[in-house]
Amino acid sequence: MKENLLLDYLLQLGDNALVLGQRLAEWCGHGPILEQDMAITNISLDLFGQTRNIFQYAAKVEGEGRTEDDLAFLRDAIHFKNILLVELPNGDFGRTIVKQFLYDAFNFLNYTALLESTDKQLAAIAEKSLKEVTYHLRFSSEWMIRLGDGTDVSHQKMQTALNDLWMYTGELFEMSKTEKELLKTGVAVDLEKLKPAWNKKVKEICEEATLKIPEDTWMQTGGKTGVHTENLGFLLADMQYLQRAYPGQEW
Amino acid sequence: MKEADLEKKFQDKVDAEIRIEPRDWMPEKYRKTLIRQISQHAHSEIVGMLPEGNWISRAPSLKRKVGLIAKVQDEAGHGLYLYSAAETLGIDRDTMFQQLNSGKAKYSSIFNYPTISWADIGAIGWLVDGAAIMNQVPLCRCSYGPYARAMVRVCKEESFHQRQGFEILMTLMNGSQEQKDMAQNAIDRWWWPSMMMFGPTDDDSPNTVQSMKWKIKRYTNDELRQKFVDVCVDQAKVLGINLPDPDLKWNEERGHYDFGAINWDEFWNVVKGNGPCNKQRLKTRNEAYDNGAWVREAAMAYSEKRAARKAAGKVA
Repeated sequence: MKENLLLDYLLQLGDNALVLGQRLAEWCGHGPILEQDMAITNISLDLFGQTRNIFQYAAKVEGEGRTEDDLAFLRDAIHFKNILLVELPNGDFGRTIVKQFLYDAFNFLNYTALLESTDKQLAAIAEKSLKEVTYHLRFSSEWMIRLGDGTDVSHQKMQTALNDLWMYTGELFEMSKTEKELLKTGVAVDLEKLKPAWNKKVKEICEEATLKIPEDTWMQTGGKTGVHTENLGFLLADMQYLQRAYPGQEW
Repeated sequence: MKEADLEKKFQDKVDAEIRIEPRDWMPEKYRKTLIRQISQHAHSEIVGMLPEGNWISRAPSLKRKVGLIAKVQDEAGHGLYLYSAAETLGIDRDTMFQQLNSGKAKYSSIFNYPTISWADIGAIGWLVDGAAIMNQVPLCRCSYGPYARAMVRVCKEESFHQRQGFEILMTLMNGSQEQKDMAQNAIDRWWWPSMMMFGPTDDDSPNTVQSMKWKIKRYTNDELRQKFVDVCVDQAKVLGINLPDPDLKWNEERGHYDFGAINWDEFWNVVKGNGPCNKQRLKTRNEAYDNGAWVREAAMAYSEKRAARKAAGKVA
C-alpha cells in the first residue's frame, strides 16, 4: 500500500513538472526577446529533466516494468495528477510569467521542504531540483517586477493575468489523500505550513511590481484527483501522438 | 595613407593569414559583404528554430524531447553569437531583425521547407546540419576574427547535432516498417534542398572570387557540395537508406561520386519567396516580434525608472 501511495505522490510531482515544461516549450522560437526565449526554454528543459528523474524513480517504485515514457505518454488526462494552474494556456508573455511566478514561489518552498523527506531518493531529487528552481523563481520574480512596474500597458496586462489566475492558487496548498497519508511517515510535505512563506513572497514581489493581490475568492480544484480543465486533453493529445499512433516502438 | 595603400596593406595581412579585427581598417565592400553574410547566417539560425521547434511538443520520448529542445536552444545561442559578431561591423541587432522581418534580409532557403513527420528531425540533423558543417568548418578560418571565433563554437555544437540526427534515423531504420518508411520519405524530401544549401554552381556565383581573395570563403560552392555528396553516400549505406538520385554513382576517374542535375528553378523560386513555408516563417517571426513589443517597451521603461530612482536616491 505504501508503495502505491508513493507512486501516486511522485506522479503528482512529476506531472506538474511535465505539463508546465510542455507549456513553456511552446515559447521556443516565439519569445519577445532572444535572451528571454532562451531563458524560458531553459526552464522548460530543467522541468523535463526533473520529470525524468521523478518518473524514473516512480517506475522503479511501481516495479511493474513501466518506463518514464510509459508514464508520460500512455496515461490519459483522468490519470494525470498535476494541479490545474500548470495546464492553463500560456496566453501572452506576461500571463506566462505570472503563472510561472505563482508556481515557482510554491515549488521552491515545496522542494526546500522535501529536502527533509524521509524518502532518501526523493530528498536527493529535491536537492538537485532546488538549484534549478531557485533560478526559476529569481527569473519569474524579476519579470513580475519589470512588467508590473513597466508601462501602463504592461501593468494592466499583469494585473489582469494575476486576477484571472488567482483562483488556481488554492490548489497549491490542498492536501490530497495521498499527501495526508504520506505526511504521517514524513515522506510528503505539509503544504499548509508552506502557505505563510508563499503569501509573504507573493506579497513582497507584487508590492515591488505595484500589483494588487486579488481578494481570496472561490478556488478551483480537481487536478490532483484527475478532474482537469479542458486544456489538458489537447496538450496530451499533441504530446502523446507518436506513442499512441505507433504503439510499442523504439524512438 | 591613401586608400590604395590601405587596401594593399589589408590584402597583405589577409594573404599572410593575419586575422582582421573590428578596429582594423577594411575595405567598405569587405565590411558590407561580411555584414550581409553574418546577418544572413544569424537569421538562418533564428528562422531555423521554427521547423524543428514544430516537433518539440510531439517528440516521441522524454529523452528525444530534451535533446530536441537543447538543440533548438543551441541554434538560438548561435544566433546570438552571430548577431554579436555582426555588431562588431557597425550594425545593431534591432536593425538586423527589422531587415529579416521586412523580407529585405535573406536566410537559408532550407528552412522554407516543412517538417511533416518526426523523421524530418532526423533528416534535418543528418543532412541539413551535415551540409551546414561542410560550409562552416572552413569559416573557422575566415579572415574576419569575430566571425571565425563564433564559428569555432558553432561547429562544435553542429557536429553534435548531426550525430543526434543520424542516430534518430538509425533508430527509425532499425524499427518497424512504418518507421523505415517515415525515414525514407523524409530523406526523399530533404536530399535535394540540402544539396541546394551550398548555393548556385560556381559559374553562377559571381561573388565567390572576391570572397575567396578576401579569405572569407575557402572553398567554392561546387567543391563543398561534392564533399558533402561523397560523405553522405557512405553514411546512407550505413543507415540502409536510399538517396533519391538515380544518377548517383562512383566515378573512378574523378575519385568522387557523380550526381544528377539540381533543380535550380526550384532553388531560385524558394529564394524569391515562393517556397512552401516562406510566408509562414516570416509571419511567425513578425508575430513574435510584434507581440513582444510591449514586453521590450516595459523592460526599457522599468530600467529607466530604476535608474531615475537610483539617481534621485543619490541626490537625496
